[in-house]
Amino acid sequence: MIATAYSVPSIVIFVTAALLILVGAIGVISLRHPVHAALSLIMTLFGVAVAFVAQSADFLAAVQIIVYAGAIVVLFLFVIMFLGVDRREGISVEPLVGQRAFAALGVLVTVAGLIALMARSHWVSGVMSVSSAGQPISTGQGNVKELGTAVFTTYLFAFEATAALLIIAVVGAVLLARRERTTQPEEVSS
Amino acid sequence: MNVPAAWYLVLAALLFGVGAFGLLTRRSALIMFMCLELMLNAVNLTFVTFSRTLSDISGQAIVFFVMVVAAAEVTVGLGIVVAVFRRRSSTSVDELSEMKG
Repeated sequence: MIATAYSVPSIVIFVTAALLILVGAIGVISLRHPVHAALSLIMTLFGVAVAFVAQSADFLAAVQIIVYAGAIVVLFLFVIMFLGVDRREGISVEPLVGQRAFAALGVLVTVAGLIALMARSHWVSGVMSVSSAGQPISTGQGNVKELGTAVFTTYLFAFEATAALLIIAVVGAVLLARRERTTQPEEVSS
Repeated sequence: MNVPAAWYLVLAALLFGVGAFGLLTRRSALIMFMCLELMLNAVNLTFVTFSRTLSDISGQAIVFFVMVVAAAEVTVGLGIVVAVFRRRSSTSVDELSEMKG
């Protein structure tokens, strides 16, 4: 039934990606140890990369692995080790009464609303995009060229703005995490 | 034939829900940042799915920018976590209650 409508490899890839994503995500929110949660996050990010490849977004899958798993999670692990907060967090106690019940209710309503929105909408309009000049994006063999053209022509201003954003982020991170050695003795003496 | 886009959209919605639940219930600021990453990834997955469905490369371009913003956000956020940890030796958000009226 399903196997006749859709090809078996695509179903296998989807199930693999879904398992990686959901098991990793549940691990992130349920594991007590921050290091374990970070490793679980890598699993989710890898699953998302698999889903990207399955939808012919090869470049984004590579960026996903390099930037997320290679840089962001390493930054998380670095901060965990640096601060020495790799101790367990007690998640069996509930600090606010009814917080989890309300959170679960809100999340259920949100997810049900999203799924209902998808089920009732017809997204595919049949109109080709304007940004790719009416050309459908190539599938199956990667579309790095189209992505590069879009980023460097249509989204050139946003691309340049991200450069400024990254500089600001680096300066801000250095400023925030800096240890103020010069002002420390003055405060003690005065 | 590839699996329908709705499957990936439902998967992204579930991932978003799990991330939102974690963000609402966990107390450690580090874990909350990780849950934020989960939600951003769910949105990225939705963008890529619509990019394939509508055959429009703009979705993938926007995912690229979301990744840059996520990297910047994590950098500054972890800087704030380090700065807060220096002052109170904890990353629990429950102990940051000076602004409480």
